[in-house]
Amino acid sequence: MGERWVVLARISRYNAGALNHAGSHEAPMSQDSSPLMEDDFLVALRRDLLKFARLQLRNDALAEDMVQEALAAALVGERSFAGRAALKTWIFAILRNKIVDHFRASGRVTNVSALSPEEAGLDQAFEALFKANEHWARDARPAPWGDPEEALIQQRFWVVFDACLNHLPASTARVFMMREFLELETAEICQALEITAGNCNVILHRARNGLRRCLDKNWFSPEPSRC
Amino acid sequence: MLSCRQATRLLSEAQDRKLGLSEKLSLELHLAMCKGCTNYRAQVSFLRDACRRYVADVREGRE
Repeated sequence: MGERWVVLARISRYNAGALNHAGSHEAPMSQDSSPLMEDDFLVALRRDLLKFARLQLRNDALAEDMVQEALAAALVGERSFAGRAALKTWIFAILRNKIVDHFRASGRVTNVSALSPEEAGLDQAFEALFKANEHWARDARPAPWGDPEEALIQQRFWVVFDACLNHLPASTARVFMMREFLELETAEICQALEITAGNCNVILHRARNGLRRCLDKNWFSPEPSRC
Repeated sequence: MLSCRQATRLLSEAQDRKLGLSEKLSLELHLAMCKGCTNYRAQVSFLRDACRRYVADVREGRE
């Protein structure tokens, strides 16, 4: 892992006239009081930003670059915030916009007529849940998940959730994450990826079915043979 | 009369747009009689809760 970001942070501090570690001159209080001037805050912030970026991008190098850019933008354009939480929220918003821009620039996702084998596999698995009359097959009818809120507080659940997300085909996961993690409206997703609303709905339905089945199988009603 | 397969489509879309009145009525009618789709609805809505929680945890730096 590169240390470029630390260097960048230091350069930015220097430019802000806040070089105080060397003791060469005292920084003005207003500059010095920014959490972005604190290594501890930066390290923790960068860790959280990276986790968020990796989740969406599935590419560590790209995630590093995006986080780097977001931090650079934050350091250059820093405004005053009432507290660290607000500052952090602002930097997450910068990162989010950069990720959306990246998705927009990296172009179209597959359209319905050109399904990848993985996507076709998900669709087949979904169709197999139904009888010829399109009602649930007896073994496939969704059974209650008990109290799923209980799962949210268990650490192991998130390992399974992560694995299920990663198991989705890349373009399916991208649309799903744009909707659920970046919280874009479907119209914005259609526009960014140049797909139709109908296509967007099909992809989101596919993603939800895939995740639902994966969680059902691996968390909520595990096979007895599972270790 | 909606099939279960169609109902799942509408239940997914309900997460993304406001359903029309006739869509809503046919869906409610179906759900009133179909336990499987009622469970499906709860599970799809749980997926959204889980995603929100996931993002919040990352933002807050919780492990």
